[in-house]
Amino acid sequence: MSEAQHSKSGVLYGMVIDLDKCSGCTACSAACQAENNVSFLPDMSNKVRSITWMEIYWLQNGKDYPDYQFTYLPRPCMHCNSPHHSPCTFVCPVNATRRDEENGIVSMVYPRCIGCRYCMVACPYHARQFNWWDPSWPQTMEAMLSPEVSTRMRGVVEKCTFCHHRLLAARSKAFADGNDPNAVTYMPACAAACPTKAIAFGNLLDADSEVAKLSKDPRAFRILEKLKTEPKVYYLSKHQWVHKLGDKGL
Amino acid sequence: MDKALIPDGVKRCPLPVFALGVLLLTAVIGWGVWAGAMVLIKALNVTGLNDYFGFGFYITIDLAIIALGAGAFFSGFLYYGLSRFFPAFKELGKVINLAVILGFVCYTGAIVILLLEIGQPLRGWFPYWHPNVHSMLTEVIFCITVYAIVLTIEYVPIILENRKINEVRGAHVFGHTLHELMAIFALTGTFLSFFHQGSLGGVAGVLFARPFAFRTGFFIWPWTFFLFVLSAISSGPAFTALVCRAIEKISGKQLVDRSVYELFGKIVGTLLSVYIVLKIIDTLYWALVLAPSFGFKLTDFYLGPYYGIWLLVAEILICGVIPAVVLLTPKGRSSNGILFGMFMLACIGVTINRFVMTVQAIASPVMPFDRWEIYIPTIYEVAPGIAMLAYCALIITLSYRYLPLFPQEREFNPIR
Repeated sequence: MSEAQHSKSGVLYGMVIDLDKCSGCTACSAACQAENNVSFLPDMSNKVRSITWMEIYWLQNGKDYPDYQFTYLPRPCMHCNSPHHSPCTFVCPVNATRRDEENGIVSMVYPRCIGCRYCMVACPYHARQFNWWDPSWPQTMEAMLSPEVSTRMRGVVEKCTFCHHRLLAARSKAFADGNDPNAVTYMPACAAACPTKAIAFGNLLDADSEVAKLSKDPRAFRILEKLKTEPKVYYLSKHQWVHKLGDKGL
Repeated sequence: MDKALIPDGVKRCPLPVFALGVLLLTAVIGWGVWAGAMVLIKALNVTGLNDYFGFGFYITIDLAIIALGAGAFFSGFLYYGLSRFFPAFKELGKVINLAVILGFVCYTGAIVILLLEIGQPLRGWFPYWHPNVHSMLTEVIFCITVYAIVLTIEYVPIILENRKINEVRGAHVFGHTLHELMAIFALTGTFLSFFHQGSLGGVAGVLFARPFAFRTGFFIWPWTFFLFVLSAISSGPAFTALVCRAIEKISGKQLVDRSVYELFGKIVGTLLSVYIVLKIIDTLYWALVLAPSFGFKLTDFYLGPYYGIWLLVAEILICGVIPAVVLLTPKGRSSNGILFGMFMLACIGVTINRFVMTVQAIASPVMPFDRWEIYIPTIYEVAPGIAMLAYCALIITLSYRYLPLFPQEREFNPIR
């Protein structure tokens, strides 16, 4: 666990993705897309213009058969926990992206975003995407849009929110039931959809939680740890070459 | 009417020739306005920008033109602020009007381009309402706005010096009063512009997750903050001198003493020397200490012809060390060809620096499994950029024709 914890409430949501279990089925990505009303383009093959909150990378060890190996690496927003600010929240001129110090989630205020894209430039994980067009969905899908998540207009940046709306729903329910809202657990759409249970999600500060335990697993690593961005997404892999690909010059 | 507006005792080209020039510039501006309107109507998808390249041509040309426009505030600082202690700087009074107008057009042009650059132009005022005090961009937006206002105030008395406007008593008194106060505005502008140029450097330097751009620094300011100020004040006067020379060439008249260019040569040479020494130290520390601490080698940041190491060589050696050394020598400053060639190199150098700190900083992959991407601007980015230059040329052309920009013009070009 990072020394840079600064959650005020004892809650710090994080994610652990077991790459040894990931089959690259992209169910997490599709579930994320549907859950969060991510819009479509007629041609989604242009990956630097289309919006995918949960991007799936294909990593290879660079060796020939029979030593050849590959793995998939799902990449949500890292919700960086670097001291003082995340790389993106630090630079936003209008406070349109903020890190909630109560739970560590980096969220967006879409109606406030001016679309300067400075946050995208600041993010080394390419976790932020811009709405280059007016959002659109196939007509039959418009009825399937989630009322829980606002759609985004053209000209603003969007990204993974750890399904923040699910947290709000869980907190509201806990409050209504007379329980502690800070003690709630919830599951983002990607974790719920993963058929191999490769994605674990929970409170990194709760020593008994699955994510807290997995984040201390010897197989655990984080991407670009040397940059001191303190990502709250951990990866598990038994392969050293994957660890090496995660952080330059390890 | 045209003749009545031309300052007393100077000669200008015939109206049809002037009108043709204005028409050409207006056509270029119209082309840029059309392209800009397309960006506003169709959105930024018509540009070459994408999720990899959040910044591109717009920001590069903005940073470059603002650096080159620094001749305004720095000449003002030397003339109004330091000439009492160093009388040699009084020479700058011969070009101070041009420097102010140059600053005005560079800054106002940059603001228009900035409005195109943001995805939600109607929310352009949000940074004043919801400012993030930690963001360097907030500092940029505040400083650029206030300084543009200061430049407008500095430009007004020059406009009021027009022969016909000056005949109006109220305008004359107002203009005269503003002239009296100009030192205050010039020094205010200096303060603002120092911060503004610096915060533009800070925009890149604070990106702590982008090893190409990130720099350590002093207090809240990364070293790029100070390097951007130095590079701007060393190249800005060079640009002012080049524009002045271009006006002389186009009009076919001598407008200022050669001693003014000599002085500019000394100023640019001295400042460029200080800048380039610090820039080399910064580059060495970045390449040998800072980047390796993030797991990067210098060669990781450069690739192929488009983003090759030649950019570093061109920026530091060809457009930095060479003009600095040449301009420090009296012999180097004595030949017009060499003098203006070195000014040109200094301007190219600062433009390369702004390109590198904007586009190359994000082209270079950070994640080990990422790859290099190439950014190619579209006509919707290039056209407004060229139009902005045409706008600068148009305002300067109009100002030269109708306002007494150069106090020595009559002396050098008596009408027989």
